Amino acid sequence: MSDITKQSLSELVKNIKEKKISSIEVTKAFIERSEKSKELNVYVTEDFSAAIDKAKRFDENPNLDLKLPGIPMAVKDLFCTKNVKTTAGSKILNNFIPTYESTVTQNIWNEGAILLGKLNCDEFAMGSSNETSFFGCVQNPIDKDLVPGGSSGGSSSAVAAQLTPITIGTDTGGSIRQPASFTGIVGLKPTYGSCSRYGIVAFASSLDQAGPMAQNVRDCALLHEVISSYDEKDSTSIDFKRNNYVKELTNNIKGKKIGIPKEYRVDGMPKEIEDLWKKGIDYVKDCGAKIIDISLPHTNYALPTYYIVAPAEASSNLARYDGVKYGFRADGENLIDMYEKTRSEGFGAEVQRRIMIGTYVLSSGYYDAYYLKAQKVRKLIKNDFDEAYKKVDAILTPSTPSSAFKIGEKTNDPVSMYLNDIFTVPVNLAGLPGISIPAGHDAKGYPLGLQIIGKAFDEQNILNIAYAMEEKINFKNKITDWWIK
Amino acid sequence: MSKDKSEYLINRKDNQYEVVIGLEVHAQVTSESKLFSTSSTKFGAEPNTQVSLVDAALPGMLPVINEYCVKQAIKTGIGLKAKINKRSVFDRKNYFYADLPQGYQISQFKDPIVGEGKVILDMPDGQKEVGIERLHLEQDAGKSIHNLDPKNTFVDLNRSGVALMEIVSKPDLRSPDEVNAYVKKLRSIMRYLGTCDGNMQEGSLRADVNVSVRKKGSKEFGTRCEIKNVNSIKFMQMAIEYEANRQVNLIEDGQSIDQETRLFDTKKNETRSMRSKEDAHDYRYFPDPDLLPLEVSDDFIEKLKLEIPELPDEKKKRFIEKFKVSPYEATILVSDNETSSYFENVIKKSDVKLATNWIIGELFAALNEKNLEITESPISAGNLSKLINLIKEGTISGKIAKTVFEHMMEGDKDPKKIVEEKGLKQESDPKALEILIDKVIDNNRDKATEYKSGKVKLFGFFVGQVMKVSGGKANPQLVNEILKKKL
Repeated sequence: MSDITKQSLSELVKNIKEKKISSIEVTKAFIERSEKSKELNVYVTEDFSAAIDKAKRFDENPNLDLKLPGIPMAVKDLFCTKNVKTTAGSKILNNFIPTYESTVTQNIWNEGAILLGKLNCDEFAMGSSNETSFFGCVQNPIDKDLVPGGSSGGSSSAVAAQLTPITIGTDTGGSIRQPASFTGIVGLKPTYGSCSRYGIVAFASSLDQAGPMAQNVRDCALLHEVISSYDEKDSTSIDFKRNNYVKELTNNIKGKKIGIPKEYRVDGMPKEIEDLWKKGIDYVKDCGAKIIDISLPHTNYALPTYYIVAPAEASSNLARYDGVKYGFRADGENLIDMYEKTRSEGFGAEVQRRIMIGTYVLSSGYYDAYYLKAQKVRKLIKNDFDEAYKKVDAILTPSTPSSAFKIGEKTNDPVSMYLNDIFTVPVNLAGLPGISIPAGHDAKGYPLGLQIIGKAFDEQNILNIAYAMEEKINFKNKITDWWIK
Repeated sequence: MSKDKSEYLINRKDNQYEVVIGLEVHAQVTSESKLFSTSSTKFGAEPNTQVSLVDAALPGMLPVINEYCVKQAIKTGIGLKAKINKRSVFDRKNYFYADLPQGYQISQFKDPIVGEGKVILDMPDGQKEVGIERLHLEQDAGKSIHNLDPKNTFVDLNRSGVALMEIVSKPDLRSPDEVNAYVKKLRSIMRYLGTCDGNMQEGSLRADVNVSVRKKGSKEFGTRCEIKNVNSIKFMQMAIEYEANRQVNLIEDGQSIDQETRLFDTKKNETRSMRSKEDAHDYRYFPDPDLLPLEVSDDFIEKLKLEIPELPDEKKKRFIEKFKVSPYEATILVSDNETSSYFENVIKKSDVKLATNWIIGELFAALNEKNLEITESPISAGNLSKLINLIKEGTISGKIAKTVFEHMMEGDKDPKKIVEEKGLKQESDPKALEILIDKVIDNNRDKATEYKSGKVKLFGFFVGQVMKVSGGKANPQLVNEILKKKL
């Protein structure tokens, strides 16, 4: 079956459950295609032979009641996987093999899925193009030398190029939604506290959240159902009643009130994005939803706020990578010298930049002006959404201010790189769920995404809106397999 | 230096200086597991055998608060008559060190779990109240071991993440003696509560000591120096004495005192500069985003109040009122829970006055000599009670009792049996005593004549002779009576 990798997750699950195909057939198909796709550089660590063993074992005694029966899956290399190297895209963890499993990946294996390998990402998830990875850039299957977005760039590229039927990423300021948008796939950032952070290499603890990246909304709902769980090992995990996201999925969004925030019409936004947004508004209207103009007045402050809060937390979270206990160590004359050499050689430039920013904004004399102020603004941004949700059920915006750019195009201009996250960052600051769905193409044929932002814990609602829109949009990714010789 | 009554002053030429001391006591919380992980806190295990993934700060590991430690901190707060904060926040204190795996210590900076409270000290000239500024919970660090290898340092993470309570006093202490009384009182309260074992040898109780001096009568505080991590009361006292004199000497020389952190060298008995204010760490405190603010309900606190035992101050009051012991005796008897319950067990069936004297006098001296705790006393409360009753009934004299007591210290034997076996019973038969006394008078005819002619002082001589002849067993009261008649 040569078209196995073209099947969606839901189709594969159905076919395995109906015993039309076996886990080993599916696993081998994705491995074969992955072997032919080295040029995309999506894998940091391949675990193919173990995957084949696991698939064989699954087929010998298949449990077809599981939600992901024998489904092979690669995951972002930010999730700790027991006995499989976990690098977070960094040299400093290039030799690190966890003895434990993250809760999110454990939930996935518990439902019968099989690990294919670990996917490339920006170093410690700090980046919007996957260019900060110690393991090199990832190619976007849409076009040669095009970035796949970031930080979950290996994940977005792998799903778009059909090297894994589905995957998980993490999203601190847009790291699921922006790469999803750049590669023409669906990506969900769940409500903060919905998915456990236990075993995920931390970037910014108050913002980090794991989420699914998929070919379509139904697949996305299925994986979200698997990974979202209350976990006592994460003190910020929230014990709320989770939906049966697939069973409750519906395209009936009649009467839903969709907010359009005027502040998201940013200066210099390409006309293509403006047009896409208008088209999106028309689609939801077609589905019977109501459009309501809203205001999120503090939107302008979201990006600067994010670039204080996230580096501050990161500067502290990354202090543990000191060469003492595990990971890379450079020899030094004494303890301080060892620290300096280890961290200078072990961390890349972007990570060092953010550690310095974070250290600065937390230091005495600057704390009030930066970190404390940023926390106050963060509250205002959240209040904006709370106000808006008195009038609307969800909010529709573009996912990104542009389509994917070329590798190297923005590497020397961090601020222009940071601007990529302008529409996604407020969602993380407010702890809300947001989903990006592919909604069209720009003149170059590169995909563009629309974002639907929901109320806290209202993933079902935004999945439903995305599902209804997906049907209307009928998006087709233009992938030519240019990298396969 | 003069110790004018209880006032501790440092004298120089025309000036008298007062010493101002504040303590930051680090008390290890008594708990099975660590503050944010499930690993054991047991002392003395092989290095790095009590280290969880969280304690070693592996990637993606998250802290989860140990509710028991929170309860212990609140109980301690109640014991310190302090305000319990229903909402407190854990912050990260960031600094790099090899035995600090996370690169930060989780502590409480702006919003501690316990606010202002007080501790009452019993000083020789009366009571003194010392204010408590705050109590907060924090993680202990691991241990760096520098002497196992000439080139490398080894790290033991067994202590990494163990819960500590940092108890900060107001600058209310004025002398090494008050510091002694304060630390002992704090320790006593926590031991009563079972919240800290107070074992200073094992490092369960350590203190940072803040010292400044000022001219007597001045209301302004002087510049203070902080002496880090002093682990015995004796060293605290020595460090204060040295440091206060050092500061006074500087002032007398017309120099100023630099605010700095100092170390106490126990071998040289001096404090040395560790780092100046300029070099002070910038800890970049900020709320730990891995932990939500800690919120406790009134109900939670009320339930803990029900678990608070009678504390030293209340017990002392009760002992004075109910048992009529002196304040001095009461202070000693309530100093720890074990002593007070030993005392209460003894007096269940025996005389309070005698029991108090025997416990504070003979028993404490004997235990001290053998370096034993009261819980290890060879003499059980029941047997001491029996001994006291033998005295009270007149079966043995106080003097014989001391002999019996010595035998009891060798192994907890019933005093009645010892008296029987050794024939130490007091002679109270008037007839037998008369025979003895007649013999003594017969042998000392000349002295008896002198006595009769008015030399009444000789009465004591006769009593002594009778006691000697009886081997100390004669009932002194009867001897007195009979002698008076016979002479």
